[in-house]
Amino acid sequence: MRFEARETIPHWLPWMAVAGAGIGTLCFAAILIAAAGASPLVGFRELLIGAFGSRNAITETGATATPLIFTGLAAAIAFRAKFWNIGAEGQLYAGALAVTYFGTGLIELPPFLMIPFLLIVACVAGGLTLLPMVLLRQFMRVDEVVTTLLTNFVIILLVSYLLEGPWKDPYSLGWPQGAAIIDAGALPQLVPRSRLHLGFAIAVVSAIIIWLVQSRTVFGFAGKAVGLNQSAARHAGIPVTKTIICIGLLSGGMAGLAGATETIGLKGYLTLDLSPGFGYTGIAVAMLGNLHPIGVIFAAIFIAIIYVGADAMSRAIDVPTYLADVIVATTVLAVLIGLVLVRYRVVMRG
Amino acid sequence: MAPLLEVLKIRKSFGSLVANRDISFNVDSGEVLAILGENGAGKTTLMNIIFGHYLADEGVVKCAGRELRRGDPRAAIEAGIGMVHQHFTLADNLTVLENTLIGTQSLWKPMLSTAEARQKLVALAVQFGLEMNPDAYVHQMSVGEKQRLEILKTLINDCRLLILDEPTASLTPQESDGLFGSIRKMVSSGLGVIIISHKLNEIMRISDRIIVLRAGETVGTVRTADASKRQLGEMIVGQKITRPERRSSRMFHPKIKLENICTRKTNLQATSLKNIDLTVRGGEIMGVVGVAGNGQRSLAEVMSGHSKPTSGNVTIKGIRAFEHTPMSFMEAGVAYIPEDRNNDGIVGDMSVWENAVLTETQNAHLIGKMAMVKTSQCRSSAEKICSANDVRFQSINQPARLLSGGNIQKLLIGRWFARSPEIIVACQPSRGLDEGAISAIHRSLLAARGGGAAVILISEDLDEILALSDSIIVMYDGYASEPFENRNVDIASLGMMMAGDGFNAV
Repeated sequence: MRFEARETIPHWLPWMAVAGAGIGTLCFAAILIAAAGASPLVGFRELLIGAFGSRNAITETGATATPLIFTGLAAAIAFRAKFWNIGAEGQLYAGALAVTYFGTGLIELPPFLMIPFLLIVACVAGGLTLLPMVLLRQFMRVDEVVTTLLTNFVIILLVSYLLEGPWKDPYSLGWPQGAAIIDAGALPQLVPRSRLHLGFAIAVVSAIIIWLVQSRTVFGFAGKAVGLNQSAARHAGIPVTKTIICIGLLSGGMAGLAGATETIGLKGYLTLDLSPGFGYTGIAVAMLGNLHPIGVIFAAIFIAIIYVGADAMSRAIDVPTYLADVIVATTVLAVLIGLVLVRYRVVMRG
Repeated sequence: MAPLLEVLKIRKSFGSLVANRDISFNVDSGEVLAILGENGAGKTTLMNIIFGHYLADEGVVKCAGRELRRGDPRAAIEAGIGMVHQHFTLADNLTVLENTLIGTQSLWKPMLSTAEARQKLVALAVQFGLEMNPDAYVHQMSVGEKQRLEILKTLINDCRLLILDEPTASLTPQESDGLFGSIRKMVSSGLGVIIISHKLNEIMRISDRIIVLRAGETVGTVRTADASKRQLGEMIVGQKITRPERRSSRMFHPKIKLENICTRKTNLQATSLKNIDLTVRGGEIMGVVGVAGNGQRSLAEVMSGHSKPTSGNVTIKGIRAFEHTPMSFMEAGVAYIPEDRNNDGIVGDMSVWENAVLTETQNAHLIGKMAMVKTSQCRSSAEKICSANDVRFQSINQPARLLSGGNIQKLLIGRWFARSPEIIVACQPSRGLDEGAISAIHRSLLAARGGGAAVILISEDLDEILALSDSIIVMYDGYASEPFENRNVDIASLGMMMAGDGFNAV
């Protein structure tokens, strides 16, 4: 058995691969649900009800998808340029730190200025957090997987220090959390009396803008060439280092926005458990979305459905919530295998 | 007696491409069989099947009458087949003796038993004229010596059939003569030799029998004694293609001038440049010859802005360059055709049209409002480049990696020449291409020269340099000779210079 590259790829094949991966994952999940002692059909029904069954369920899914779209974009943008940014978690907290610093009373502006201002500082903070690692990679060939990953821990410890010490809110009854974001800086809700906030719309618009930049502009064209063949891009006169620095700033900026919208939209203040690993899940989102910004939107919503739905399922039929992690991981693996099969065909002889 | 090697009806295809179609031949002991054909004719695929690197779809390889296990290089080695690849497989940090021991010693033995191997090595070296010091380290050796070591390695393993893949590609003419002497000694002691090449002259000198391959098929088998160069040339190409001829042209002012250029070694393979002084005028093609790895690549990189010299000046059209980046040199009118067109030239996964305009990211003509790419203008300009340079493709949207080598090179040359460059640095522009593409590329270079451009042509193909250049320099160990006019050049003395003769005084 061996693989042969396909010369032409029919339009329907990638969709078939994604559908096949979905069906494969469902079958695998069914086995696990059965092994946990429940009926798979009931389980899937509870999962769907939990994710879509009520107004509350839908808004909850949207709220969970919001940071995943941002961190998914962060990973997708960087990975497309073959810059392996594993540090979205740290950049997310950097964005959250920035909005806490500026948004808790230091500066007061009317909401239509305050919100954009906070989003911009978060974006800048996320980008600047990633910048040193980009420069280390480009000029000193330091492996970015190591540097971006380790920076996560440094930043999370910094957040921990600030929330236990100087930035601790005196009114928080001893909990390690930051002061509340002022009202002018809070993101309005999209649906009244829900946790779904304007951040969701900002995430979707960001993805569309990034898609347009990637597919239509000279910067996107240069970035594509740099990602696919850096040497050929350099020989064609494309400023490779400058392009990668811009891509790094954009990638870190998206992760920073995830932290900002979670802080000013969902929680209202900075906490240590702001992100249950959104930065890492963003990598799965990007892979599932095939590194395409629009694909990232759908992938983030899909993963949010699984997480929110699996919570409901575990409450209803008493199976472990960890099934959500298994389903997400299986989906990513299945989609990656599917995409390999899109590019190559399996030949069963010789 | 059964022949040394028998190849029966070998067929191999990669997807829709048939690399070998029903190829059969045999080799007897005591003969040199040459396999001749253009790049892409299927020579290397065939050898990889014999040696077990690839699995044939159909067909059998027999050694001394016994069928070889399919797809197992060890079976080939045990049957006495040895192969010397174009790119050597030696460990640089080990000695000659240690390199020959690799793969022959049991891993369970605590110590190497070298005495016996040393004796055998020395005896073989003397017998076949491959003398070398068994304790020399490989990284100290020249390309010719490394090749001799590769041959010795196969002989130590009791090889009876030696396969040489493009053995003279990076040798000086004198080193090639030495190699051929050794081959004759091996053949007269009963070995069989297969030599793969596309160099007609050498094949005529060394072989007893020639098989010509074209597009995966055997065109014919001839005895060398009965063959003529013209007949073989036509068998290789299929139809007669003439290369363009150089006519005299007017020389203009200096276009690019290097003064006292030195560079630092950027990686292990690179050779640093030492005090290079060079002036190329408009309307001139300057050929740069030398054995591979003597600083040609560093020279090309300095002239194209890819590396910054540690000392000295680069002056382009009378203006001294201060910013050494590919982009600033491009804007000054430099075009650089890199040696490795697949890795440094095209972006294989981008489309033909995207590759055709890859150099134009600063071109105001192709960029609209808000830095948007004007896709339709780009496509039409790409179509213009492709049709002017006879780039053949199924669709302008297909990935560029699916183009053939010749079409890739024509696309690259086309996109650079569309910028009307005044200085062209071309590295091995025709290496590995078929005759039709070579003559098209030579025509393009001559046309640029006729239009007043200065062309620096770096090539390992002496025939190409002699056919196209107005002047020639030789590079050795990072030094460059004085340029001399391309008139009545003596190949032998050129070969001596390539081996370093006359450079010690510098």
